[in-house]
Amino acid sequence: MASARIPFPFTAIVGQAEMKQALLLAAVEPRLGGVMVFGDRGTGKSTAVRALAGLLPPMKVVPGCRYLCAPDDRSPCIEGCRDKAGKRTEEASVPFVDLPLGATEDRVVGSLDLERALATGEKRFEPGLLAKANRGFLYIDEINLLEDHLVDLLLDVAVSGTNVVEREGLSIRHPARFILVGSGNPEEGELRPQLLDRFGLSVDVRTPTDMGDRIEIVKRCDRFDRDPAAFVAEFHDSEQQTLDAIAKARKLLPKVQVSDDMLGLGAQLCSAVGADGLRGELTLLRAARAQAALGGKKEVKSHHVAEVATMALRHRLRRNVLDDTGSTSRIARAIAELIPA
Amino acid sequence: MTPDAAADESGERWALALSAIDILVAAGNGIGGILLRARPGPVRDAWADALNMVIPTRRLPASADAEALDGGLDLTATLASGKPVHRAGILADAAGKVLVVPMAERLNPALAARLATALDESAPPLVLFDEGDPEDPERERVPIALAERLAIHIDLNSVRLPMAELVAGEAPPPPLEMLAEPGAIAKDPETALAVGAAALGIASIRAAVMAVRVARAHARADDRPDAIDQLREADMAAAGALVLGPRATRLPPPAEEEPPPPDQEPPEEPPPEEEPPPPPPSDDTPGEDQEQPEPPPVDPTDMILDAAQTALPPGLLDALAAGTISKAPKASGSSGAKQKSITSGRPAGVRPGLPGRGVRLALIETIKTAAPWQKIRPKRDNGRLAIRSEDLRIRRFIAQTQSTTIFAVDASGSAAFARLAEAKGAVELLLAEAYVKRAEVALVAFRGTEAALALPPTRSLPRARKELAGLAGGGGTPIASGLDLARKVAEGEKGRGRSPLVVVLTDGRANVGGGEGVSPQDAAVASARAYRTSGIPAVFIDCSPRPRPQGAELAAAMGARLVTLPRVDAKAVVAAVKSATAGAT
Repeated sequence: MASARIPFPFTAIVGQAEMKQALLLAAVEPRLGGVMVFGDRGTGKSTAVRALAGLLPPMKVVPGCRYLCAPDDRSPCIEGCRDKAGKRTEEASVPFVDLPLGATEDRVVGSLDLERALATGEKRFEPGLLAKANRGFLYIDEINLLEDHLVDLLLDVAVSGTNVVEREGLSIRHPARFILVGSGNPEEGELRPQLLDRFGLSVDVRTPTDMGDRIEIVKRCDRFDRDPAAFVAEFHDSEQQTLDAIAKARKLLPKVQVSDDMLGLGAQLCSAVGADGLRGELTLLRAARAQAALGGKKEVKSHHVAEVATMALRHRLRRNVLDDTGSTSRIARAIAELIPA
Repeated sequence: MTPDAAADESGERWALALSAIDILVAAGNGIGGILLRARPGPVRDAWADALNMVIPTRRLPASADAEALDGGLDLTATLASGKPVHRAGILADAAGKVLVVPMAERLNPALAARLATALDESAPPLVLFDEGDPEDPERERVPIALAERLAIHIDLNSVRLPMAELVAGEAPPPPLEMLAEPGAIAKDPETALAVGAAALGIASIRAAVMAVRVARAHARADDRPDAIDQLREADMAAAGALVLGPRATRLPPPAEEEPPPPDQEPPEEPPPEEEPPPPPPSDDTPGEDQEQPEPPPVDPTDMILDAAQTALPPGLLDALAAGTISKAPKASGSSGAKQKSITSGRPAGVRPGLPGRGVRLALIETIKTAAPWQKIRPKRDNGRLAIRSEDLRIRRFIAQTQSTTIFAVDASGSAAFARLAEAKGAVELLLAEAYVKRAEVALVAFRGTEAALALPPTRSLPRARKELAGLAGGGGTPIASGLDLARKVAEGEKGRGRSPLVVVLTDGRANVGGGEGVSPQDAAVASARAYRTSGIPAVFIDCSPRPRPQGAELAAAMGARLVTLPRVDAKAVVAAVKSATAGAT
């Protein structure tokens, strides 16, 4: 919503605690596999994602690399960027790519560089949006309206971290590790369950109904419009704290232990709510681990599991066409039964 | 309404529309732009001329595709010159201007999505002309995601300009003074606009944020020295009329319910739907110590609401008051998936043709075609391939057409209850399966004197459930009007590139409709014949306990497959639908 230059501060977003939490978890543990945001229009979804990308510190990249390779990454780059650049590095801000509805497959995965091919006969790959989003965020508004084959492709790349292109005589793979954030309004068409299941976390975002919150949002946006720099400065401390928390949690994450009790709890919870498949269980525990790391703890406790259970499982429950009970309340019930407060 | 009052209202609306131009110029792209609802005609042209006088504009050509917005390689020119030739994108080209989009309601969803994304970054302000017929409930609409990002919405359909000046071809009437007096300083304008938006039932918080921006732009356009810090009544009125009013989904609660004395804290959370909004918290407005006498700051909430109501499109006010607008307009946002074009889908070979407008060049095929000619074509000095435009090959795709099943359900008489329940069940069953096929379902119910679109085409189960929950039954049987509406909906769907199927559920005995000398049954048969001309497949489910010839006659007139189901149940209906779609493809 704001001007392109300075992103709205992440910590200045009023309310929407669950969405912010899910985004932080995804930033700490990229293997969670994306966040699906269900909700109304104009609730600050894209503002939040953009803000988080803007909050993260600039990352080191190999100069001139079209895939934003990290200098200390061992995996080979198809351009051999590290050989060309030697020891030089440069900084780039964490990418935020907004994938427009109606984008063609060529634009998303990349295609043959027509200009080079026609002018010089050189067969060269023109990276698409997936390459641009490497090491950053890929945001898709109204993902439920995106063509199915594109959604399949995106989720596949998001989970594997690699974009494999086999077309137009090209055979190329390049790194595409990004945090996929999709959003959509279920009233305008639903996502197929098998696709939904592949998102790590899902959150429900509602228009804030609290009048105090609404007024505060309007005031903050107005202040930001009138003097972005001053507004950002005001939130500098809280932004810094969030940033530190993410950095610490990322460092701590490999050391966080998950006891057998917690593994058992995860399995029990999944079977109690009827979440099919291992993926739910795995995501639940990974999210709990990230949650513990964000809290600075080295061991996952049951309250960590409880805190992330709703967003990790909500979209995986078997649906009953004739049963209207919300997934959220079913999970809440199971948590109350399994985890003593 | 007396002619004078109508003329006054028309004049006010025109003045408001002209003031929007100044606001747009003052605000830059912070407010997204203007959505102008007006059929093509002198009024709209006059407005466009006024816009042109103030700021340069760039028209988005109807032929533009999403690639044209961003620019790219100009293939034909590249081939002709042998060097890469780029063309600038329309977005870059329009920098510093206003991008005008005619026929915005027909805007292709991919283009609309690209424009919406561009607005979030830094795009030129947009002016969208929605040329849809306001009388037609089934008209196309500007994609919501884009419309939402444009702060100002104006409806010029009811504006009449003095004919004399139009005939003379004179310049449009000059912008009136927006408001002679800027009015008193508004107390806590952000709160007032947020509360006003809530009172009008506007859920999106973006609207309130936009309203503040418009108010500030209005203050700047007015060239007041203190415009930076203080908003005045006139600014608030402009925001109310241009931003909040057009988005209202309900009337604010009546004025008698004066809010209790404001307190310092933001008030308690209101129950979201029915209660009036809580009182605005009063902040001590700072910067109040000026020398010149100044009327005390006023609470502008009422003024915003008044202004918003004057801006409601005619007719909407009554509908809002009667509470008849409960449904959101048809979600045109979903048309992204609906309008399948030949530019995507399963690859299906290659043919000669020029790329562009979304059609992709098949490069390998193009080079293969050019290769045998290289010896006889004049050599390029740089040793490059000599490719001519006739060598170009493009890729073709087969788009999967998607179906829309339209139920036309007889909700009349005593059996209505069971019939409706089973029809609802069938809708839900079909939708539950529709994930895979992306099929959509709509429901037309006819009872009493006329038919109504109870469920616009959707593939959302929650939405279907919500909208069908309150469907009533009983009354007469206006089959003719039911068939007419079903045909209209089906033709609309066909126009969107989907394949419709109409499923009629009735006992086939009409008792409402027709007119002088035409019996209801004859009217129904006439409507059925009219349906047949549309060529849209249909299934006629005769659900009377003992089928009589009327049903068969109607089915034959419609060209529909006849299924008799003396005992309707949802599963049997779904089975009939499936057999019909299987037969059709």
